[in-house]
Amino acid sequence: MDPSRRAPRSAIDPVPKFRQVGFFTPGAPPERSQSGPPDPTHSPPVSDVSPSANSLSPVMIPPPRHLSDNLAIHARPTLASPLRAESLAAGGGGSSFGDFFPAPMSPATQASSSYSSRMAAGEGSFFDRHGVRGDKGNNNGKVASSFPRGGFDLTAMKKVSGGGGGGGSGAGVPASELTTVSVVNDSLAIHEKEKANRGGGSAVEAKDQSTGSKQQKPKTTKAERRALQESQRAAKAAAKAEGNKASGTATSANAKPAKAVKPTPKVDNAAVAASEKKGGDCPPEKDRKKDVPQPRMQYDDKSRVEKAKRRAMVKQTEARNRVELFRHLPQYEHGSQLPDLESKFFHLDPVHPTVYKVGLQYLSGDICGANARCIAMLQAFQEAIKDYRVPPEKTLVRDLTAKIGSYVSFLNECRPISISMGNAIRFLKSRIAKLPLTVSESEAKVSLQSDIERFISEKIILANKVIVKHAVTKIRDGDVLLTYGSSSAVEMILLHAHELGKQFRVVVVDSRPKLRGQILLRRLLEKGLNCEYTHINAVSYIMHEVTRVFLGASSVLSNGTVYSRVGTACVAMVAHEFRVPVIVCCEAYKFHERVQLDSICSNELGDPDIISNVRGREGVNYLDGWANVENLQLLNLIYDATPSDYVSMIVTDYGMVPPTSVPVIVREYGREQVWI
Amino acid sequence: MIMDFQVVVLAGGVSKKLLPLVSKEIPNALLPVANRPVISYVLELLELSNLKDLIVVVEGEDAALHVGGWISAAYADRLHVEVAAVPEDVGTAGAIRAIAHHLTAKDILVVSGDLVSDVPLGAVAATHRRHDAVVTAMLCSAPVSGPSESGSSGGKDKTKKPGRYNLIGLDPTQQFLLHIATGAEVEKDLRVQKSILRAAGQIEIRADLMDAHLYAFKRSVLQEVLDQKGTFHSLKHDVLPYLVRSQLKSEALLNGISQVEENGTEKIIAQSSQQMLSQILANASEQTFHQRYVLGPNGTSFRKTHKCCVYIAGSNKYCARLNSIQAYSDINRDVIGEANHLSGYSFSAHNNIIHPSAELGAKTTVGPHCMLGEGSQMGDKCSVKRSVIGRHCRIGANVKVVNSVVMNHVTIGDCCSIQGSVICSNVQLQERAVLKDCQVGAGFVVAAGSECKGEILAKK
Repeated sequence: MDPSRRAPRSAIDPVPKFRQVGFFTPGAPPERSQSGPPDPTHSPPVSDVSPSANSLSPVMIPPPRHLSDNLAIHARPTLASPLRAESLAAGGGGSSFGDFFPAPMSPATQASSSYSSRMAAGEGSFFDRHGVRGDKGNNNGKVASSFPRGGFDLTAMKKVSGGGGGGGSGAGVPASELTTVSVVNDSLAIHEKEKANRGGGSAVEAKDQSTGSKQQKPKTTKAERRALQESQRAAKAAAKAEGNKASGTATSANAKPAKAVKPTPKVDNAAVAASEKKGGDCPPEKDRKKDVPQPRMQYDDKSRVEKAKRRAMVKQTEARNRVELFRHLPQYEHGSQLPDLESKFFHLDPVHPTVYKVGLQYLSGDICGANARCIAMLQAFQEAIKDYRVPPEKTLVRDLTAKIGSYVSFLNECRPISISMGNAIRFLKSRIAKLPLTVSESEAKVSLQSDIERFISEKIILANKVIVKHAVTKIRDGDVLLTYGSSSAVEMILLHAHELGKQFRVVVVDSRPKLRGQILLRRLLEKGLNCEYTHINAVSYIMHEVTRVFLGASSVLSNGTVYSRVGTACVAMVAHEFRVPVIVCCEAYKFHERVQLDSICSNELGDPDIISNVRGREGVNYLDGWANVENLQLLNLIYDATPSDYVSMIVTDYGMVPPTSVPVIVREYGREQVWI
Repeated sequence: MIMDFQVVVLAGGVSKKLLPLVSKEIPNALLPVANRPVISYVLELLELSNLKDLIVVVEGEDAALHVGGWISAAYADRLHVEVAAVPEDVGTAGAIRAIAHHLTAKDILVVSGDLVSDVPLGAVAATHRRHDAVVTAMLCSAPVSGPSESGSSGGKDKTKKPGRYNLIGLDPTQQFLLHIATGAEVEKDLRVQKSILRAAGQIEIRADLMDAHLYAFKRSVLQEVLDQKGTFHSLKHDVLPYLVRSQLKSEALLNGISQVEENGTEKIIAQSSQQMLSQILANASEQTFHQRYVLGPNGTSFRKTHKCCVYIAGSNKYCARLNSIQAYSDINRDVIGEANHLSGYSFSAHNNIIHPSAELGAKTTVGPHCMLGEGSQMGDKCSVKRSVIGRHCRIGANVKVVNSVVMNHVTIGDCCSIQGSVICSNVQLQERAVLKDCQVGAGFVVAAGSECKGEILAKK
């Protein structure tokens, strides 16, 4: 089935019943917050978001999730299929999406609006999670009807309510009852069946599909919207008939976002099984099926967590007081992990010593930073491959892939792997898979090692050099450059510019608890640069004098969102507010086709003890033993997502591009074939 | 070779410090602690850590024969042990030199055979690996004086000269060893290297830690040091202090070594991309002072360093070395007392171990924290407190044994009193002998009615 339709399903839910962490342009239209008053019980703070157009909305607290919500998650796929087209239409229809997504402050370009529609997809699961609640329908209905333009169509609303109410398909304003679990399951099953019937997704079937789903569609759809949808479907079907995925880009404006949307399942939300299945059969080509990633583990899913724990080599004691909203992320008691893993040093036979060492270093924080972690991992794999022997009666391709997989899961237990590492692993696995069967063991090993070597040198080191070369051109005499944290790329840029004799000043902005900026500061000072050092609290003060902001990134996602160390978004936003260009330096191997709108659905939780203690001042221990305090939860987020609107330019090894061009790079250069 | 580690157990020979307890027949390693040779504690600790390929180095051919014989009998199908005999008095460094050609792994774990501990060895090895250190030493808190009147169990010689301590300098993170002086006299000036102090910024000098003589060495470095410094006699007193002293100027050390820490090799190859790589890696984390020192004040120097790490055992772990008679009684007491999980026996409800074949006379009491070996007989009205009694002992009536160790086949006459003493095998105590804080060598006969206090009784 066409991915385009599935993509924006989430966009339907106009009332964001979620806490926005990270930064969002409060672009929500006033009429929504007025006409659709937020559900008092569930999303009280929503109304705060919209009114002031320029103030930054800090955080919106969602309703606490109950068990029923969890169940509802599974129901979500039911909403999905029928709505896709409509919501796509909405996306194409205009900027209405921008309302609750980080809308550009400046007038949106055509491109960015299409991105925003995709971002919606990324958000989808999150919305849906709440969207299934019974009284939700009410809300939706009101909101939707208040839209004069109909960018958000009633159908969509109805679908939501339908899914929630278990088939209560009234008009657009149904007061659907609370969902019962069994019903949800039923409808799910039905949809699955349908999907199964439709499976294969060949060109011939495409037409039938469209009619089939049309029948599903509720009768209340407005005629013109249906017409638009029809035309889209037709276009899509035509594109499919050509059997050429590249044609998707060429066919129509509608089809294009559709293609780009494809990776949405990457957005790891609770979408789990059903959505994956759908993703699985959506691309007609076989090899595309492989691309659909495993849904990431949701750590609020108790049974799966248990299962994973049994396999785990690192002792994982769940932290007790976890922040509600981030339950789906792994969080363990950090204190006991390292000693436990260390004491098991000689018991972990299957793990190669080098890999083990790297794992320990991740766990203890000796290695951090995307590049360093990636390099350390690749070098460990290199060692492991060097020592690898194909066991008798096994083939290298399969056995080594499994072996690398086990190493990766070990490293993942030590610390969740980053996006850049994921890309590198994908690369390595594809290289292994592509080894010809005829090649001998030693040759294969040598070629793999040189592949890794090349990846490190070309994708990381050379990329850094190119980035430095590009970015240095943006530094002029008299500039005041601000950077946040400690990025290796930014450091090289600054040092290189200094070597070139440019006269500039550096402001290093830092934040607790890691204080990585001090490391950077020390090195800059050693080289004789003029520096200023401040903490992020003072960023709005210092921004007056800054002329450029250089930031590093952990990853850049295909909607231009910059996924980086927590605090980056804040710096970028303040800079944007002060009209200071924000230049993000990121190697292209860190780009990812995933779309992410917030820093909730995918993030990493650090050791909460670190933020409760003050380093160097043991006397400040007011929060000692906080884990036993029932009504206290500490949140130590590692990453945040900076919306692309705050990013003026991304400097990458393919040149300096606007954030909107990221998907192009991902598409054109992201394939493994191009990497080598 | 699990995880590229090799294990060397230095079982020693016949130590002078432990006379008269040890002899040619019973070398240090076979000295019974709670009726088990002391080396079994180390071997069991290793086995628990999944380390099953060991090299046991024993000083002296005879001792090696005895130790080897015992190990092969006890661990026949459990461990793969190779016993190597080295000449006596070569020291620990000499012992490693002698078996150097057997060492092939990347890292070597050197364990003293007289260690009684439950510290996970894996943790030491993992710390070593994580920091890519040249040497990692395990430190444990120095035992505070036990119930017995003497001071630190570090050794009798130390209690005699109370000014001696182990002075250990650590960096603020307590991960690196900056200074080590074992048995240094406090009165004397403490000499700390200025360069190390300057690089680390801060040194924490501790006197409450003890070197447990459990080291993880990088093999290449260890062998090079041993080759170059022919006079080095002891790992603890020569090699370790040398490595600690030279940690910021290891130029000579690391010449022939292929794998040193990132800074080392990558600076040698002066290619720009390699520099960049190391720069990225250096950016990775909080730098240790080694890395900062390598970069130097202007960041261009090519100084080389190596790391000497420590693993500090938690206070809840037991760790002691049997290197003196005092330590011997302490360890015996602890193994059946507070650290009884080490003994491997299951304790009765009365918190003691009485072998089923042991015979007790009427009105004889065996208190908690006691052990009575197989086939021992006790007469009437005896009392045993906090003591270990070996196998096949014959103890008469009205005997008091307190805080003592009685080895195997000892005959004790009626009305004897033994306090704080060690009675070796085949000793005969005639009636009414009173021993307090004595050591009685094997086969000695204590005359009837004799009273001894703080004496060493042994056959000439």
